[in-house]
Amino acid sequence: MIGESPTPQITLAQRLHIDPPLLVSLLLLSGLGLVVLYSASGADLQMVEGQALRLGIAFATMFGVAQISPDTLRRWSPWLYGLGLIMLVAVLVMGEIGKGAQRWLDLGVLRFQPSELMKLAVPTATAAFLARMSLPPRFWPVVFTGLIFVIPAVLVAKQPDLGTALLVGSSGMFVLLFGGLRWRVIAAGALVAVPLIWLLWEFGMHDYQRRRVLTFLNPETDPLGAGYHIIQSTIAIGSGGMYGKGWLKGTQSHLEFLPERHTDFIFAVFGEEFGLMAVLLLLALYGFIVMRGLYIAANGQDTFSRLLAGSVIMTFFVYVFVNIGMVSGILPVVGVPLPLISRGGTSMVTLFAAFGILMSVQTHHRLIRS
Amino acid sequence: MKVVRGAIVVAMAALLVRAIDLNVIKREFLQDQGDARYLRTVSISAHRGMITDRNGEPLAVSTPVDSVWANPKLLVDQHDRFDELAKALEMPPAALAELIDKRADKEFVYLRRHVNPDLSATALALKLPGVAVQREYRRYYPTGEVFAHVLGFTNIDDVGQEGLELAYDDTLRGIPGSKRVIKDRLGRVVQNVESIAEPRPGATLRLSLDRRVQYLAYRELKAAVQAHKAKAATAVVLDVATGEIIAMVNQPSFNPNNREDLKSDRYRNRAVTDLFEPGSTMKPFTVAAALESGRFQPDTPIDTRPGTLKVGSNTVKDVHNYGAIDVARVIQKSSNVGAAMMALSLPDNGLWQLLRRVGFGNPSGSNFPGERSGYVVKPKRDIEIATLSFGYGVSVTALQLAQTYTVLAGDGAVRPVSFLSRSGPPAGVQALNPQVVKQVRQMMELVTQAGGTGTRAAVQGYRVAGKTGTVRKLSGGSYSDDAYLALFAGMAPASRPRLVMVVIVDEPRDGEYYGGQIAAPVFGHVMAGALRLLDIPPDDLPGYGRQMTAVVGEEGL
Repeated sequence: MIGESPTPQITLAQRLHIDPPLLVSLLLLSGLGLVVLYSASGADLQMVEGQALRLGIAFATMFGVAQISPDTLRRWSPWLYGLGLIMLVAVLVMGEIGKGAQRWLDLGVLRFQPSELMKLAVPTATAAFLARMSLPPRFWPVVFTGLIFVIPAVLVAKQPDLGTALLVGSSGMFVLLFGGLRWRVIAAGALVAVPLIWLLWEFGMHDYQRRRVLTFLNPETDPLGAGYHIIQSTIAIGSGGMYGKGWLKGTQSHLEFLPERHTDFIFAVFGEEFGLMAVLLLLALYGFIVMRGLYIAANGQDTFSRLLAGSVIMTFFVYVFVNIGMVSGILPVVGVPLPLISRGGTSMVTLFAAFGILMSVQTHHRLIRS
Repeated sequence: MKVVRGAIVVAMAALLVRAIDLNVIKREFLQDQGDARYLRTVSISAHRGMITDRNGEPLAVSTPVDSVWANPKLLVDQHDRFDELAKALEMPPAALAELIDKRADKEFVYLRRHVNPDLSATALALKLPGVAVQREYRRYYPTGEVFAHVLGFTNIDDVGQEGLELAYDDTLRGIPGSKRVIKDRLGRVVQNVESIAEPRPGATLRLSLDRRVQYLAYRELKAAVQAHKAKAATAVVLDVATGEIIAMVNQPSFNPNNREDLKSDRYRNRAVTDLFEPGSTMKPFTVAAALESGRFQPDTPIDTRPGTLKVGSNTVKDVHNYGAIDVARVIQKSSNVGAAMMALSLPDNGLWQLLRRVGFGNPSGSNFPGERSGYVVKPKRDIEIATLSFGYGVSVTALQLAQTYTVLAGDGAVRPVSFLSRSGPPAGVQALNPQVVKQVRQMMELVTQAGGTGTRAAVQGYRVAGKTGTVRKLSGGSYSDDAYLALFAGMAPASRPRLVMVVIVDEPRDGEYYGGQIAAPVFGHVMAGALRLLDIPPDDLPGYGRQMTAVVGEEGL
């Protein structure tokens, strides 16, 4: 199988292991992100420069990862996964406290968030494991696969970082979904999930996490506390109207009514200043990236590549959906940034590494076989 | 794969629908909500109207000051900068911390009120979140304690609390304007958008009082209180023709500009709130009633021998046995027996009816807050008629007594009094025959002449008519033996009176207590000054030389 081109021809892009449609849309979104960030930060050029620098590192990482073939990734996956697991435990045991949550591992010269590594290690390991099974998987392989992603997800949730835990868990879940699940397995899963959610609610969640879910269900109950975020962000988006108030002219963000406006809630700034039309354009761009990712996944050279690519792009989609859903008030507030737009460091590098994996899957076809 | 695609489409559709929901359907609501968060209407304070005396001299003025307030919710996180702020506000850091911490969940607290704009500027320069300044006006009374009772005062929010500040609060109070501003989350005004209403300052209130006469009256009264170790004192000067109050002073007084740790009984404007029995100052009305009946003329003889009069089981006494005198001497000598004999000879409670006509027991029309109108008990027994004739069984305020004296001083008409400047005489109600009034006045002139009880009320160059009074104070239902009110009520120039003045000294304690000894000199000094200050021409040419010797008059109770 050759991929998309009917004639076996190696393009320059393929040689560089780049997927041009993906690259162009990523560049477009990142550029847009810088523009929005400039406004959200209150015209803080320094912050925008920092973000641009991080973007540069992220793009470089993406190109680097894209050079690694899916076969190599598969071979590395158990080691990466194991390393990630050890570090997660280490964080819990001796992690330093930052922002009330233990997420960072101080390696002396470098502070590292093991949960970021897990965002990639979990889907890779899950895909590597599942690819060796007959598909759709039988009962015990499903259970085992589940353990692969549930354990790190629980560890991350303990930090506590509900948003990342959700992403780590769902990245594994997507591998399982793409692997193919029998309906009765899904039904059984649902039966298990309901009491599991109850248990999580009762024993596994911190008070502030429970409060977030409750205020999501009815933000008006606590308009000055936890509900404030949601109320302010929906007001910001809604007051943008059809065409927005104009760049740098958002009142809610510039008068500091909007919380976390250059990180998790940057979409509200975007909505207020550029309006509905721009929101639709943004959704279209994200949609295009997701569709392109799914296309790449569908055309992967082997099961591992397809499962991994599918999971990676779905995780990206979850990012987008959860963030925009949260900011516009249809999902609870979980700390998930808007990919490519929000100001961020490590998580952005991880994200671009994931796009590197996608590009790798797209460009590493065993041409010899044809 | 299909499931995944479907899920993505559904999720994207959800976001899309929500975006349209927010941006199109709920847009107006959300925009209003958004505006409500930063567009604020703030009020612009308007200063209170000025109070001036009749010549436009300022008596109460509003000066701009700043009040520094804070939003404790925002400020509570800035504990490390409290010392700085406390220093800027010149307040103890502990007090500031307590103020904020106690109200950590509130959004407003005053840090310092009415401070110098320099100080508030220093506090603002710290740029602490939640600290703001509000322009206010502080009332300042340049005349201090001299006008304290008349003007009253405002509270810290510039609302009248006492006196004329309270009575004319609606006139004086400014109407605050408002403007729309953009505020950020910390409550800082970022931009002025538009002015909605200009602030309208309160109107100026021009009083009828004359600052110079008031000062003079205050000085003399205070000196008398100190000299005679009195408990309190009051003096009122009225314009006869218009009923305008020219001066009204009380002792003890207070400084309206600094009312910290001050007892509230000092706030009382005794001239309108305190009732007393007028005593012998009532006798001119008894004589007027006698003359009006037609049964008496100024020279009708009255035999007061032996200086006592038996009325039922009671006895009316004079200080001395004045012998056989005429009506005029009853006033000059202040004979209780003579007054009682006249009153008892009148039909139909004639004296009581006259007193009611003249205004006893009625409000003076001054509109002063807390003013009392006194009462006259309708006498049922002879002894009650007898005591009413020399001023017991009736109660008045100093202002009221002065008002009734304007009836004697003028044409016999009762006119409402006023604290506000008047352009002309108000309509009056005729209460006494002008001819009778003139005769009474002539008799009252004898009081300040040699042989009268009030010689010390005399004013060089002017003819003065008046009446002394020394009243035993009621205490616990019976009349006291050692607590007196010393009174003098009179008018000048007697040929055509322009001013009426009442002086009351409460409980003089240095041995003297007669109205002629204590109140009459105050009257004399103040009236002399007032007549000159108001350019009232003398009616007693030099050379006619009134004897200015200090004769201690004797008088009845």
